Amino acid sequence: MIHSLFLVNSSGDIFLEKHWKSVVSRSVCDYFFEAQERASEPENVPPVIPTPHHYLISVLRHRIYFVAVIQSEVPPLFVIEFLHRVVDTFQDYFGVCTEAAIKDNVVVVYELLEEMLDNGFPLATESNILKELIKPPTILRTVVNTITGSTNVGEQLPTGQLSVVPWRRTGVKYTNNEAYFDVVEEIDAIIDKSGSTITAEIQGVIDACVKLTGMPDLTLSFMNPRLLDDVSFHPCVRFKRWEAERILSFIPPDGNFRLLSYHVSSQNLHPLRSASLVAIPVYVKHNITFREGSSQGRFELTLGPKQTMGKGVEAVLVSSQLPRGVLNTNLNPTQGTYTFDPVTKLLSWDVGKINPQKLPSLKGSMSLQAGASKPDENPTINIQFKIQQSALSGLKVNRLDMYGEKYKPFKGIKYMTKAGKFQVRT
Amino acid sequence: MLSMSTNNLSYNDQGGTDSAVEVGQETTPTSSNAGAGFGLFSVDFKKNDDLKEMLESNKESLKLEAMKRVVGLIAKGKNASELFPAVVKNVASKNIELKKLVYVYLVRYAEEQQDLALLSISTFQRALKDPNQLIRASALRVLSSIRVPIIVPIMMLAIKEAASDMSPYVRKTSAHAIQKLYSLDQDQKDLLIEVIEKLLKDKSTLVAGSVVMAFEEVCPDRIDLIHKNYRKLCNLLVDVEEWGQVVIISMLTRYARTQFTSPWKEDGVFDEHSERAFYESDEEKTRNEPEAKPYMMDPDHRLLLRNTKPLLQSRNTAVVMSVAQLYWHLAPKNEVSIVTKSLVRLLRSHREVQYIVLQNIASMSIQRKGMFEPYMKSFYVRSTDATHIKSLKLEILTSLANEANISTVLREFQTYVKSQDKEFAAGTIQAIGRCATNISEVTDTCLNGLVLLLSNRDETVVAESVVVIRKLLQTQPTQHSDIIKHMAKLFDNITVPMARASILWLMGEYCERVPKIAPDVLRKMAKSFTSEEDIVKLQTVNLAAKLYLTNSKQTKLLTQYILNLGKYDQNYDIRDRTRFIRQLIVPNDKNGALSKYAHRILLAPKPAPLLESAYKDRDRYQLGTLSHTINTKASGYLELSDWPAVAPDQSVRNVEVIEPVKEWAPSLWKTGKSKPAKSSDDKFYSDSGEEEEEGSGSSSSEDGSSSSEESGSDAESRVENSSQSSEESDESSSQSEKSSSESESDSEKKKRKTKTPLQKKTVKPTAKDGDSDGNVAKEASSSSAEESSSDSESDSDAHTDSDSGTEHKKKTKSKAKPKVEVKSKKEVSLLDLGDFTPAPVTQLKSSILSPSLLGDLEGMSLSNVSSTIQVSGPAFVPEKSHDLLHRMTGKGLSAQYQFPRQPCLYQPTMVSVQISLTNTSDHPLEQIHIGDRSPTGLNIHCFNTVECLEPEASVTVFMGIDFNDSTQAANFQLCTKEDHFSVSIQPAVGDLFLPITMTELDFRKEQGKLLGMNESSATITMAAENMTSQPISRPVATVANLGVVPSGQDDIHRFAGKTASSGAVVLVTVELRESSTALITINTEKSVMGSMLLRDLKQALAQA
Repeated sequence: MIHSLFLVNSSGDIFLEKHWKSVVSRSVCDYFFEAQERASEPENVPPVIPTPHHYLISVLRHRIYFVAVIQSEVPPLFVIEFLHRVVDTFQDYFGVCTEAAIKDNVVVVYELLEEMLDNGFPLATESNILKELIKPPTILRTVVNTITGSTNVGEQLPTGQLSVVPWRRTGVKYTNNEAYFDVVEEIDAIIDKSGSTITAEIQGVIDACVKLTGMPDLTLSFMNPRLLDDVSFHPCVRFKRWEAERILSFIPPDGNFRLLSYHVSSQNLHPLRSASLVAIPVYVKHNITFREGSSQGRFELTLGPKQTMGKGVEAVLVSSQLPRGVLNTNLNPTQGTYTFDPVTKLLSWDVGKINPQKLPSLKGSMSLQAGASKPDENPTINIQFKIQQSALSGLKVNRLDMYGEKYKPFKGIKYMTKAGKFQVRT
Repeated sequence: MLSMSTNNLSYNDQGGTDSAVEVGQETTPTSSNAGAGFGLFSVDFKKNDDLKEMLESNKESLKLEAMKRVVGLIAKGKNASELFPAVVKNVASKNIELKKLVYVYLVRYAEEQQDLALLSISTFQRALKDPNQLIRASALRVLSSIRVPIIVPIMMLAIKEAASDMSPYVRKTSAHAIQKLYSLDQDQKDLLIEVIEKLLKDKSTLVAGSVVMAFEEVCPDRIDLIHKNYRKLCNLLVDVEEWGQVVIISMLTRYARTQFTSPWKEDGVFDEHSERAFYESDEEKTRNEPEAKPYMMDPDHRLLLRNTKPLLQSRNTAVVMSVAQLYWHLAPKNEVSIVTKSLVRLLRSHREVQYIVLQNIASMSIQRKGMFEPYMKSFYVRSTDATHIKSLKLEILTSLANEANISTVLREFQTYVKSQDKEFAAGTIQAIGRCATNISEVTDTCLNGLVLLLSNRDETVVAESVVVIRKLLQTQPTQHSDIIKHMAKLFDNITVPMARASILWLMGEYCERVPKIAPDVLRKMAKSFTSEEDIVKLQTVNLAAKLYLTNSKQTKLLTQYILNLGKYDQNYDIRDRTRFIRQLIVPNDKNGALSKYAHRILLAPKPAPLLESAYKDRDRYQLGTLSHTINTKASGYLELSDWPAVAPDQSVRNVEVIEPVKEWAPSLWKTGKSKPAKSSDDKFYSDSGEEEEEGSGSSSSEDGSSSSEESGSDAESRVENSSQSSEESDESSSQSEKSSSESESDSEKKKRKTKTPLQKKTVKPTAKDGDSDGNVAKEASSSSAEESSSDSESDSDAHTDSDSGTEHKKKTKSKAKPKVEVKSKKEVSLLDLGDFTPAPVTQLKSSILSPSLLGDLEGMSLSNVSSTIQVSGPAFVPEKSHDLLHRMTGKGLSAQYQFPRQPCLYQPTMVSVQISLTNTSDHPLEQIHIGDRSPTGLNIHCFNTVECLEPEASVTVFMGIDFNDSTQAANFQLCTKEDHFSVSIQPAVGDLFLPITMTELDFRKEQGKLLGMNESSATITMAAENMTSQPISRPVATVANLGVVPSGQDDIHRFAGKTASSGAVVLVTVELRESSTALITINTEKSVMGSMLLRDLKQALAQA
């Protein structure tokens, strides 16, 4: 399966390599660099590159390419999914997954990679097991280790790997037993010029942070589980119970994990729901014009809340890639700050909170390259925002029960709506 | 090829200089960082000397420090091989981290330093014998990773040994090692296949994924090894770790394509029908109608589809994709669409995932538009998508476009055409072209739109439009001379060679429609000929030739001029073409023959180009594979075979199924997701395991009574299973000695493990184990003959073979009796569709914790559960609940209890009690819990305090009570925040039992031990209906929680159970006599309970 892994930074240097079978020369990456050069943007490097003797499957995250070398047929998603798991693990261990962090922790990284694959086949990818095998570095532990020479490799053997609930460590102990669940929904939408919704869908996740002693068995039930008709689960969730009763029943992993993710699309053909299933929480009034022959363009943008269920829209950030012909902008925001990068032509406006009484707007003019013809496309506007304490789809958790342990856990549930890929075409 | 290798070379050079530069750069910061734990990365070559010293020092910390730096070197790809001797000495270090780092080093460099690597081997050999399974596993892992050919025999030995290790984890490691050894030495193939064969039989979910991986790598063509494990693999699938699932699913896809007939031949009706038959479990139908139907899905085929379906919900995108491809390649056409939603969900994932998924959707959407059409909007392009994602989405949108949605699609395309990403805009124009050809209604609209685009400012857009228009015009050239004229006008402004060439070609092809313009264009071209691109020059020559033929008057000179220019062109293609054209069109004496045909040659009607998807031909590759992604055959790609015209013998898969299911079916009380798997085989499709079990049981015991059921006698059921299954395989595959001895050792191994399972109650503890060992083996060989006969009978029961009349007679005979049993189960099995546990309906809301937790704890491995006599699920759960606290006395709190008859989770000796608390008052009740109890010694497992119970709300809680095998009431206080209520739970004697399954022989043996004092009996007159329509089991099961023991005689019914607290066996025999009397005999050492039970039974049977 996976032969070797090369980590390549954005400037095209290989800064780490690991081989699980016999060593593959790093010159194999030259094919990758070729593709990298050909691509206009870093994202445009094709994920799968065939070379005469190998296949390169790469993943770009945090501006690092994780390039896996494959020698024979394997489902590409298998490799891609695994590489993303590796990145997730690094992020989990080091807080960030940057070149510097990886270089600083190269020994831990190596130990992790060694445990995650055996002969190129995934062995232990559950973070709970890995953490039992290799303790994540903390500043304190690093200091202690350098002084005492002790190690960050777990002394105990990873019993979790053998257990029937492989995702959970054994012998978990907490003084404060708590379980938090965050219901986070992201709304993806494309709004057309006239303000009508072309497509809108909600991608929701329930992220959990469970710190409970022992082997708790949790059940989570929803007020309106019918909303969830397209879900994927953490392996700990008992699928049969979900099928039968629409209740999430699971022995949670220890710590942070994604319990489930779901998808509510506007196209779900539910008899009881109208087409306007996904309520768009903000609207944008825009007027962006370029006139033929003039070197000036007008730019006007006003944001307003819409169907927010009384909750405030916060952390609003508007960004737009203006056409190449735009030299500079001269705009006035009624609130927040805006920046325009004349090189990348990226306009971004940090709005902050939307006050329904006094709608934020950004108005002014753009100066265009003299003599250049008018750009034929108006820029699309990307919007980010957050709405606290509400899940747009209306999903509500009914209750959380714990069995199997005697203590009483502290339980908390938080809702949040965010903009995902929210685009307004102008 | 040549250019490739030179390329390579030059890159290598570059790489070399690169690293040299790196080294140079790094020398500077090192000095300051030296020694710091995290500064490791900047170690350079000069420091290697002191590394050696550090490695050879006595201090662990120094060694560790050194090893960390060495690993840093390896990570950077620097050569650290000269340290090998110093490093290898530390292989036996006590420090775990040091040891691990040494392993890393060893695996990396052993290949280069083979002799020195041998020094470490003995350490691993020792570790292979370590009592700790994890140490054994890791030793095997490293040993097999050392790529030194000389140790192949040692590896082989280690693998063989590990393959029969007790620990599934070690076995898993050995499966991994198989692949490593195979890549090191292919000559070991045959030996390795033997190991694979053995590991394939393994029932642990840990092993399954890894061994299938090894199978795929070493001997993917040995499909025959899979037959016997097929059903097991299907059933285990849900519980295998996610990476293993991917591998197993893709293997099973290939397998299914060789073993089952195509479900696609027939139209949907039959598919639906078979599904219905399946869901209804209408055995009768399945059995009688197969001849009437042309296609009937093989139950195993269905099993695979069913068991993979839940995996569509996996968080692992690779798993979802592999299920999707399995459905695509195996499912009836009308079922494929269930994967749509999940695939669309994956589009929200990372860019790379999107890329692969979109590729696959692109392939699918060509063949099956309908599948993705409802989700069309998910493929709308966002400005932030990467270019290759955009073009894939375009591809899909184009494939999905039809008459109904084309207007929406075109509107969307209009936005894309204006995109700043010009490559994408060009792609959109091609897409419009494809839509125009595919959907004739919009051809004109598209064409007009494209003509409008000709005035676009962007050159690439215009060029692409020209090319697409050219293709469109070719399909219907008649009425479009306007467009051609328009393009001729634009000709001067267009600079993109491809577009110019296209216009020239159009002019030439349709020169008769634009007789005035064409010569003028040629004139212009003559002027600029020398400065044009090659492709334009070629088309100019073509145009000249065509005009010469149609309109030689005006263009003769121009043509000659151009041909002369072409003759001296630098490009030989153009020179050749010119020469050819000249000879063809200008008639001279020598070759006049050909020039007669010049007109026909040059102006022949040409077929219009087909505008079709680039993904059209990808369907020759299996979806989801690397080969599909790169559209060439990747090395190691395994072809998906076509469906066989006639299904190969399906009975090859039969072997092990029948027995395990019988044993399992009763014990399936646990919910857990692990469950779906276990009971499914062809029994699924018949009504219930029970029925067949009794059928085969009765027929076999009639002819000899050393039937399969009895062979295992006291042995734990699991051992029995495995031995029987291997016996059966003996019969079919004739390797009898070997595998039966294997099964013996298996059974012994499992026995050692029996102590572990948490929840199984051993009724007869180890005392019996001794003789059962012998029993199994002995009976195994002796009873095989009878068994095979009884087996084949039950087989044909399950399948739809039409057999001889006698067979049928037997069937009907065996069927008559258990009918009611089936009925009582039916409500369960309706719910059961998803292989849900036969948990009683009433309980669904509340009881779950217990069964499902246990299910999880135990579900992992099929092999390690066992007890002498298996506790099984209740045959019947009375829904009758008793008042615990009336709402009047409870000041609004009312409580009812009932016995769910499930084994108690908290302690095996307890009886579980389900209590429903209801608040009938108008204020919330707080802190409902259990207070004092009497007798004080009473062992109660309280439910967790109910914090708050809202008015009108009710909650169901579970508690466990150890009644100590007496019907004495358990008294305790039910407390709320303000009040205490004394309540008592009075169990009926029947609720103090737990049902167990045993064989008839066991039953008799036990009965033999419980005679005299321990036996109580009574003769009663049965109520009429008990004699006829209803079997005895129903009323008995209602009264007491006992399990049915299969009985050989029609008129004797046996039931077995054990008391919850002390585990004493309770045996009930009901013997029907003439004139509606019956003799009830109860054997138990708890004689008080026996007599109480007798009284209850008498009552129930007499009146019911």
